[in-house]
Amino acid sequence: MIALLIRDLRLTFRAGGGFGLGLAFFLIVTVLVPFGVGPESALLARIAPGILWVGALLACLLSLDRIFQLDFEDGSLDLLATAPVPMEGAVAMKALAHWLTTGLPLTLAAPFFGGLMSLPTAGFLWVFVTLLIGTPALSMIGTFGAALTVGLKRGGLLLSLLVLPLYIPTLLFGAETARRAIMGMEYAQTFAILAGVSAGSIAILPFAAAAAIRINLR
Amino acid sequence: MELLVEGLTVARGGVPVLENLGFRLSSGQVLVLRGPNGSGKTTLLRTLAGLQPPLAGEISLPPEAIAYGAHADGLKGQLSVAENLAFWASVYGTRDIERALVDMNLVALRDRPAANLSAGQKRRLGLARLLVTGRPIWLLDEPTVSLDAASVALFADAVRAHVAAGGAALIATHIDLGLDAAIFDVTPFKADPDATAGDGAFDEAFL
Amino acid sequence: MEDTRVRQHNDRWNWFWAWANPVKFMAWTGKALPWFIGLTLITLVPGLIWGFFFTPEAEGFGSSVKIIYVHVPSAFMAIQAWGMMVVASLIWLIRRHHVGALAAKGAALVGLTMTVIALITGAIWGEPMWGTYWAWDPRLTSFLILFLFYIGYMALWAAIENPDTAADLTSVLAIVGSVFAFLSRYAVNFWNQGLHQGASLSLDKEENVADVFWQPLVLTLVGFGLLFVVLVLVRARTEVRKRRVHALMTRERMRDA
Repeated sequence: MIALLIRDLRLTFRAGGGFGLGLAFFLIVTVLVPFGVGPESALLARIAPGILWVGALLACLLSLDRIFQLDFEDGSLDLLATAPVPMEGAVAMKALAHWLTTGLPLTLAAPFFGGLMSLPTAGFLWVFVTLLIGTPALSMIGTFGAALTVGLKRGGLLLSLLVLPLYIPTLLFGAETARRAIMGMEYAQTFAILAGVSAGSIAILPFAAAAAIRINLR
Repeated sequence: MELLVEGLTVARGGVPVLENLGFRLSSGQVLVLRGPNGSGKTTLLRTLAGLQPPLAGEISLPPEAIAYGAHADGLKGQLSVAENLAFWASVYGTRDIERALVDMNLVALRDRPAANLSAGQKRRLGLARLLVTGRPIWLLDEPTVSLDAASVALFADAVRAHVAAGGAALIATHIDLGLDAAIFDVTPFKADPDATAGDGAFDEAFL
Repeated sequence: MEDTRVRQHNDRWNWFWAWANPVKFMAWTGKALPWFIGLTLITLVPGLIWGFFFTPEAEGFGSSVKIIYVHVPSAFMAIQAWGMMVVASLIWLIRRHHVGALAAKGAALVGLTMTVIALITGAIWGEPMWGTYWAWDPRLTSFLILFLFYIGYMALWAAIENPDTAADLTSVLAIVGSVFAFLSRYAVNFWNQGLHQGASLSLDKEENVADVFWQPLVLTLVGFGLLFVVLVLVRARTEVRKRRVHALMTRERMRDA
């Protein structure tokens, strides 16, 4: 299974694009928002955690259809399904590879982009922490969506449509925790739920995603 | 070590294509699947490989025995020949890819990205994957597509060596590989559209 | 799947599941449907007439309050439909009863329609009451999320050609989606405290809306419940017929092959 992770990481790096695309999109969102809402620092600082979360979520969404599609088209997925690797494990590795190449870079970049949004210094930490806890859930939920739509020729739009409502709790608790922490409000409860959503997704969704892959290969 | 199939009915898209089919494949044997296009050979192989459930019947085989070679080779263009092979070797928990490279005449190409291989070379790499699986029963779907005569002979040698070492192979192919093989024609097992097939058939209830 | 089939043969609930056989399903629903339609008419029509014309105007609400006779039952049914969809999906996944999957598909369409009705009537009512058509109030937001879930679910049904695969995948989505829909419902409470009156429908007398409004509302709730049953049955019957056509056409294609 580690071999699968290494292969996927290697493929993403060699293909280029995949790695930088999410970051570039994230940058574009954070740069465009001030042009849209105006340069007033107080307003930007107030909406910064939410914008950063939405930006990270959309950037994450952008690369989801690549998780299984290429493997499906070149036949690797069939061969993996007959290999001595549990599909649940393979799916979890795929999600991990997606997180390492999308979620993690976005998390690391978020504080810097926060600077563009007049985010107060205390907010850097909280945007970073909530994204670090929340983006694994985004990758895992996205992997589940990708597993559902793997057999479809133009599944990209459908994938977004399926995944967006599933993303709502993660987005809501993630951005809410960051907002509350920055404003000095009580945040332990929403933070705990965010962690719970993330842990729950990682624990349960590999099984649902593996079931969906098996159904799609049938 | 043997693959035993009894009363098997397989379906494509919820519709039975082959029914009540049975055969036995033991160590040291090669069985060649014959049948016209669309007769269900691929469906049969996919069912045996465990990719789809049978509608009815029994498939008995030892655990972890099957290596499935599909139409598509599952190669990654950005990875080199050796990297592609090493990946599958570690998935199957084997280490040695050198013998497979030699057997499929890929040594000179080992560092070439798979994207730059010709169709026949890609196919040879796909077949080399079978050698690194270490699995005794090969299920092969049209393995000789886009191979030249020399490569077909190379492939036939590999199958012969595999079988001589106690392996077995079930091969869907239309060409004569020059192997000492039994022929299994699926045509007589074509599912009758008017008959009621296994009670698991989805659309059955709607007819 | 072999297991399921074996179980179906020696199960003392067989008499019950037999009703889900498509042929039997068509037979009994064909007989039952006129009765359900009749019951729907004798509850829904008087309920709505009573609600619209024979209830007083509530203080501070004006006649706008009368929209609750459509708004509340449709909102209620929108949620019931999701519940039924999940149960039917489970029946399909566990028991492999075709009617289960098709009933889930039918329930989704009705549920989506009810959600849209609830959202629109809510907006119409919201304007005079709160001075706005839309607010990110927890209940409104939950319904918007429910709407998105229904859209996604139905889009997945529509996108997959093989009906068997579509039934399996949408069932998985319905179950996973329910967990996330429930989470979302809970999540929005953290995020906005809301405008909606809370316990207006609870049985607690203190907070209850007055009886004059409550009695016709119960009648329309029953009427909408029956209407839901009728629509789902009609939808499921159509789906069974579509599947039959599909099966016949596949058989023809096989014969030609």
